[in-house]
This record gives sequence, structure tokens and C-alpha cells, in this order.
Amino acid sequence: MLKTFARAAGALVLTTALVQPAYAELSGTLRIMSDMSNPAPRAIIEGLAADFDAMHPDLTVEVDVVDREAWKSQIRNALTADAPDVINWYAANRMGPYVRAGLFEDISDMWDNGDLTGLDSVKGAMTMDGKQWGVPYTYYQWGIYYREDIFDELGLTEPATFEEEIANCQKILDSGRKCYTIGTKFLWTAGGWFDYLNMRTNGFDHHMALARGELSWTEDEGVRATFANWRKLIDMGAFIDDHQTYSWQEALPFFVKGEATAYLMGNFVVPHLREAGFTDDQIDFYQFPKIGDHPMGEDAPTDTFHIAANAKNKEAARAFLQYVTSPEVQTKINAADGLGQLPVNSNATVGDDEFLQQGFVMLSQNATGGIAQFFDRDFPAEMAKTGMEGLQEFMVFPDNLDDILERLEFTRQDVY
Amino acid sequence: MFPTPIQKQSMAAQVSYQALLPLALIMWLLPLIAVALFSIRPLADFTNGNYWGMPSSFEFFENYGKVFFESDMPRYLWNSVLITVPTVIGAVALSCMTGFALGIYRFRGNLLIFFMFIAGNFVPFQILMVPVRDLTVSIGLYDTKLGLVLFHVAFQTGFCTLFMRNFIRALPHELIEAARVEGVAEWRIFWFVVLPLMRPAIAALSVLIFTFIWNDYFWAVVLTQGPGAQPVTAGITSFNSQFVAQYHLMSAGSIVAALPPVAMFFLMQRHFIAGLTLGAVK
Amino acid sequence: MSTATSTRRWNPQITTPLLFLLPGVLFFLLYVIIPIGQSFNISFYKWDGLGEAEWVGLRNYERLMQDRAFEVSLWNNMKWLVLYLLAIPAGLFIALFLNQTVTGIRLYKSLFFFPFVISQVVVGLVFSWFYLPREGLLNAVITTFGMEPINVLGDPVLATYGVIAAGLWPQTAYCMILYLTGLNAVDPEQIEAGRLDGAKGWRMLWHIILPQLRPATFIAFVVTIIGALRSFDLISIMTNGGPFGSTRVLSFYMFEKALSEYGFRMGYGSAIAVVLFLIMLVFIAYFLWSMWREERAGRH
Repeated sequence: MLKTFARAAGALVLTTALVQPAYAELSGTLRIMSDMSNPAPRAIIEGLAADFDAMHPDLTVEVDVVDREAWKSQIRNALTADAPDVINWYAANRMGPYVRAGLFEDISDMWDNGDLTGLDSVKGAMTMDGKQWGVPYTYYQWGIYYREDIFDELGLTEPATFEEEIANCQKILDSGRKCYTIGTKFLWTAGGWFDYLNMRTNGFDHHMALARGELSWTEDEGVRATFANWRKLIDMGAFIDDHQTYSWQEALPFFVKGEATAYLMGNFVVPHLREAGFTDDQIDFYQFPKIGDHPMGEDAPTDTFHIAANAKNKEAARAFLQYVTSPEVQTKINAADGLGQLPVNSNATVGDDEFLQQGFVMLSQNATGGIAQFFDRDFPAEMAKTGMEGLQEFMVFPDNLDDILERLEFTRQDVY
Repeated sequence: MFPTPIQKQSMAAQVSYQALLPLALIMWLLPLIAVALFSIRPLADFTNGNYWGMPSSFEFFENYGKVFFESDMPRYLWNSVLITVPTVIGAVALSCMTGFALGIYRFRGNLLIFFMFIAGNFVPFQILMVPVRDLTVSIGLYDTKLGLVLFHVAFQTGFCTLFMRNFIRALPHELIEAARVEGVAEWRIFWFVVLPLMRPAIAALSVLIFTFIWNDYFWAVVLTQGPGAQPVTAGITSFNSQFVAQYHLMSAGSIVAALPPVAMFFLMQRHFIAGLTLGAVK
Repeated sequence: MSTATSTRRWNPQITTPLLFLLPGVLFFLLYVIIPIGQSFNISFYKWDGLGEAEWVGLRNYERLMQDRAFEVSLWNNMKWLVLYLLAIPAGLFIALFLNQTVTGIRLYKSLFFFPFVISQVVVGLVFSWFYLPREGLLNAVITTFGMEPINVLGDPVLATYGVIAAGLWPQTAYCMILYLTGLNAVDPEQIEAGRLDGAKGWRMLWHIILPQLRPATFIAFVVTIIGALRSFDLISIMTNGGPFGSTRVLSFYMFEKALSEYGFRMGYGSAIAVVLFLIMLVFIAYFLWSMWREERAGRH
């Protein structure tokens, strides 16, 4: 099946092969271990592997797709024992444990010698200790995806402030629906809510200081204010019930059936919504509304490829990383019919799609506060884990806040 | 017989017993029946919230076809076979030997070795996890089927030895004595006298170990990753992430994953139960 | 013990068992016995599984004492131990129910038993779908009786019990089959004698049947205790330790710590494993003692 796929992709291969330096001498096996396990990303990584395989006759490309949630606990294992050549991970702080453990290959030379052009704006997210440890292949905006048709039906407009957001939500609740769907079984979705509420309540810099461990969870007034704002929504009953039981995908049907009207999510949700049969008239997107008087900060997580320090075919791995970040491939894989996300190469074209265009404009013009990666990427992993567990608990039992914050503070003093 | 046979009781009791049986069975298997029903529904039923009404269509072939032709499931199943079968052979072979040695011969330390096997067989896996993972990595067998097989063989030897040794103990000792008097070499006694008598034990143990190993999840997660070597118990989580929230496909997938040991059980029921209940009667 | 027959020639009565034991024992030592010792050793170190291990003495254990997740896990292990034992009376009950000779009873027995054959992973999936707050059959059933739907696995108080209930399902089947076999072997004469003495129902069960079922009860007890302390698959599949870490048990927590994303806490994980092992050791010692007594009794 891979073979036929490769042949079908032949046309594209020819065009990209022309602009690529000749790597015809690559040989052996390139083993990719990928966490792109949702349907759309899965097709992309399998396509990339097939194309790259076809470009290099002497090279065999093998790709193993691992469950994205499971990968988070498997990656260290994978990198230490019998490491594959290329793996998926996340940018910024979340690279830290593997960089420090010497498990990622330093590829600063590729960044320095011009192998990777058009990536200047994302270089920072790949840099740690002054070196670069991988390449990004996609990033995406976060924001509120909502049911335009239901908004129209209720006469609502996209809110710009938190008051408007709450007023809207009240009307939605009055119509017998929930305002937001969410599935917190794997915790990180709650992190998204905290990111936005905290960045809006206290500003981007406060949020980053908290992530760096410079602020106390129990003492800081700003943190309390964020939770107070969050609590307003929780007390209204804005979120669907039983969200702690669902994964983010399992929470989608609430949105699809119109039982909840909005979803704070990353743009990777869009292919799922289209798959469910929504047209652009029925769904839309808006930036998380303003709360305090701070420049808007945004979450725009970057997903990455890295070479394992113990890789066996580093030459092919480097060529693959270069291939993935080239403008043509970037345009193609991030297009609306692919990942439906934003290309990392500034020479690539943003997909012709209302969500991608809106996201691109938002991030390039209306994110003056700064760009964050995401809760579980900006906070050190151990802090993030305890933190998100606490956030989930807060969403179910908001009265436990003091106890939760004490636990987070205990972890903070332990981690940093 | 206890309780009193129902035939000796009133007609009313007999009728209600006969009626109660299928009812109790349905209650008992309810979660499983639910999954079986899910697995033949179309996606549309879930989107429309029709979970427990009549299925709007019957999608047995569609759903199970997807499991077999559009996922890594066949690979995982095959991995499971390649892990389970060698383990069964290895563990049974080793324990025939250890069981023979411990069951027939009297020597100092016999009971000590026997108890070592039993005790080791009871330990929680976690106490072995770090060193065994380390060992497997250092001999280059991490994420291979062989690495998993070696561990399973070693660990199952504990249980198998307990089983085999007790079985051999119950064999008529005169046969062996007779053979010795005739001057038959010890290994020939094992091969020609004892082994043929052990057939039922070998059958029972094989079926049992097959089930244990097929159903192992912990070691599969610790020692393997990815569809290259993972057995179906671990692979099913990947399968579920591919078809997340599509309960009809996930249900079909888990039924497929559970089927081989179930089939084994129904085919070899007598041996299976004989193995499981060894020692339950005196 | 050496006798006059032992000459300088190898005695086949000694060498044969040695040779036969060698592969099995070596294998078992390498993969089971030695690792136990190694785990004890590692628990005194701080080690990420890669670099140099750093000796920290008892510090891992001291940290355990302050670790709330450890406390929750330990407490949950106790719940598992106690509640899992319910499988024994439940299995006995079903066995008594099925111990009849009506047509088709063999098939009934098999069908009652076969949850045990299914992997715990699938049992976990099956039950987590059974418990789903909206799609699940459990709530479909209880709402028809006019009760409020419950979210078993989403409730930090209920979740552990929900997981244990799932575990009890195959375990009860196991105990049932042990008792069915045991009941088969009950001495009919003793039952007759009991009847003549006027024993019926409960009294008969307690005074005449149960004593004869002792071997079955012993095995049921052994396998249930081991099963309770090994519980890992179900938790990993059904709740992944959540919600908010309320369903963790030691075996799961150890795995989480030792192979976590943010660093292998091999030493800390091993310390948890050692605690689990010590709990188990109490039972292992009891089992071995019972078996040893029987061995002695069986010898002459």
C-alpha cells in the first residue's frame, strides 16, 4: 500500500527533488518514530515517509506511528534504548529533559550553514543553551472555535471582552446548551484554559514568570485572580459535565450535536469538525477575549522533529529534517487538506482557509503580548503534570482551590 | 452433591431455576454484550445518540473489515502469536526438566529450589521492572519480540515448575524404579518413561501459559514500543487513538484482540480447567 | 548423608537433577531472583537510568513518607486487597448456583467462566465503556429505574471502586471455577451423614462443605491476593491514575515514576516497588509456610 501511495505522490516528488540538493547517495534505513496518530496527521507522516523513500532509491524509510498520548511517556524509553533516527516532539522548554540528558542530537550546524532557510522566526523555540536541537514542522493558533449557526440563532456576536463572553455564555446556557465542551482526561486541555485566563488576567510576562517558577502559587494575588475568573465560568455551569472522563476527541460530539457551542482548542480541531460535516458557515473562530489591560499573549504550540543522539542513520535523518522544513513541503503538509495548520517556513504559503488565515493574522498582528508554547511545554514537565492535575481538579471541585495551590507550591519548590 | 439437586425439589423451584439461569448469565455478561452490540452499529447511531435502541443498520462486516484492513491490528495480532508461541514452548520445555528434577530426585536443597520458584512466581512485577528493562536494553533486545519472550520464559518457569513438579510427584514411582532396575539411563527415563506420562500436564500448562502471555500488558509496555514488536494488548491503545471516540470500531477492535485466548479456551476447555484447578482438590 | 556408594565417579542420581535444573534455575535467577536484589540496591540511589547513580541512602524512602501520591496509592492498595477478596465468596456463591445437572449446564459454566480468559486490557476497556456517563449501559440501566446517572470513573471517590469492580469480574469467575471443581470432589457420604444429623442449608455449607473445600479456598486466596497487588492493567487502561491521581496504586505509581516523561526516577520507583514487595512478602511467607507444612505432611 505504501508503494502505491509513493507512486501517486510521484509528481510532487519530482518537483521537490529539483529544489533539493542531491541526496541520492543516502542509503540504509531511516527509522522514524512518530506521534502523529490522529487520522489527518497520520496520513501526512505516512505520505512524507513514502515521498522521501521514493526520492532516495537506496534508502528504506520505515515509520512507526505511536499513540500521541502514550508517546509522552514512551519517548524517553525510545531515545535511550534502540533509538530510532527521527522522532516527534515539542519545542521550547519541553525539549529540556532530553537536551540535558544528551538524548537529542545537536544540529546547530544545519541552522548555521544555511541548510535551513526561512526558519529564522522559529529558531528561538528550538534553541536551548545556545544550540539548536531539532526543527519545527508545524505550529498552530489556539482560540475559541464556535458554532456560528447557533450564535446566529441566539443573536450573539464574537465577544471582545470577558464581560461580553460571560453575557454570551449566559444566553447560551438559557437556551439549554453548555457554553464550552472540553475533555480533561489527559489533563492538558485544562492547561489551555489556564494559559488564556492567566495571560489575559495578569499579562504574558506574569504567565511566563509563573512558568519559570518565579512566582508563588499560594502567595501571588494574580494567580488567585485568574482562578476567580475561571470560577465565574465554572459556577455558571459553562463547561460540560463529566469532562474529566473524556479525551479531547471524545468531547467533540457535544460540539457537533450542538449541546455545547464553543471549544477552546488548537487549530488541529478543524479537520475533525470538517469531517463531522460542518461547512465554514456553521463554524468560526475568535481570539480569546480581553480581561485585564494587557497586550494579548497567545498560545501557538510548535511541533517538532528531532534526531536521536543514538540514531544510526544521522545523515539520512538530517536530510529528512531539511526536507520536511523546505517551503514546498511546508506548504503542502500544512494545507487545509493536510494538517490544517501553519507552516513554519516563512517562504511557504499559508493555506487558503478561513481558519488558517485568521490564525495567521492573529499571531502575526494581534499577539503583541508574546507567543507562548503551551502550559505543558512552558512549565517544566514535572510542574506541568502536577499543575494540570490540579487544574483538572479545580474544574470539578473549585472549592478545593486552597489545597490544590498548596500542592502546586510544594511541587514548585521541589522542581525549580 | 451439594446443594441438593434441583431435580429433587418442587416443580416450581425447577422452573424458576431454569428461568433464572439465562437471566443470571445475561446479567453476568452484560458489559460484554454491550460491547458486542456496539461493535455492529454504524457510526451514525453514535452521532445520533442511539446507543441502546435498534441499530439503524447492521455493520458487522464494515466495522470488522476496518479492523483487519485499515489498521495495524493484524500486525499486532501476529506479534502476539510470535511472542506467545515460543514462550509456551520454552517455558513448558524448561519446566518439564526442572519439574522432573525436583519431583523425582531427593537431594539436599530440593525443597529450597522448589520454594525459590514458587516465591519468585508470586512477586509483584514492579520489583523486577527496572533491572529487567536494564538487562534487556544492555543485551540489545529492547523493543524486540525475543527480549519479551526471554523474560516471559524465565518468569513463567516459576509457575510451570510448581505445576510440573506436583504433577510428577503424583505419578506412580514404581515405573521409574522398575526402569532403574533395568539399568535405563536417567535421561532415557525422562524421555521415554516420564515425558509420555506428562502429556496431559503439558497440554494443560500450554493452554494456560498461552492465555497468560497473550494477555500480558505490563511487560509489553515496559519492554517494547511501536507496531514492530508490540503485542495486541499494548497495540490496542494505538488502535484506539487511531479511531478515537468511534466506539463501534474500538469495540470491534477489542473483541478481535480478546478472541484468540477465548477460542483457545473453548477448544481446549478440559485441559484449561484441569490446569487452573490443579491443587483445588485433594 | 554421603554413603559408601559415592565413589569418585559421577553419581547420576546427583548429576542428572543438576543438569536438568541448570537451564531453568539459571534463567530464573537471571530474570527474577537477582533483579529483586538489584531493585533493593537501586532504591538507595538517585539514578536516571543513564548516567552515574548517586548514593542517597534512605532519602528516597524519606521522601515517600511526605509524598501524598504515595499515601493515596498505599491506601488504594489496601482497598484493593480487602475488596478483591470479595471474589472468593462471590465465586463460591455462583459455583453453588451452577452446581446442578440440568441440560446445558456445561455451557453455562463455560460462559460464566470466560471473562477470566479475556485480557485485563479488554476488560478495562469494556468496563470503561460500560461506565461512560452518557453512552454507557450502566447509566442507561439505572436511569430507567429513575436514579440519577453517575460518572463512576470521573468521581475521585467512586473511581477506585469502579476499577475494583471491573477487576472482580474475571477474578470471581476464577474463584467460581476453583469451587466448582472442589464441589465435584466433595464426599457424598459425608453429605448424607450430615443430612441424617439434620444439617441443612447454611449449617450444612458451613460445617460439612466448606471444610472440604479448604484446598480450593486456599488457592482462591493465593491468586486473589496476588491479583490484587498486581493490579496495574485495569488502572492504566481505565483511568490512567486519574481523576487527579485518585486511583493510583503502588504498582502504577512506581511505573509512572520510573518511566515518566520528565525523567526516569529509577531509585524512587524502586523504593516504591520495594514497599510493594514487602507487603507481598508477608503473604508469600504465609503461602510458603502453608505449602511447606503440606509438603511435610505429604511426605509420610
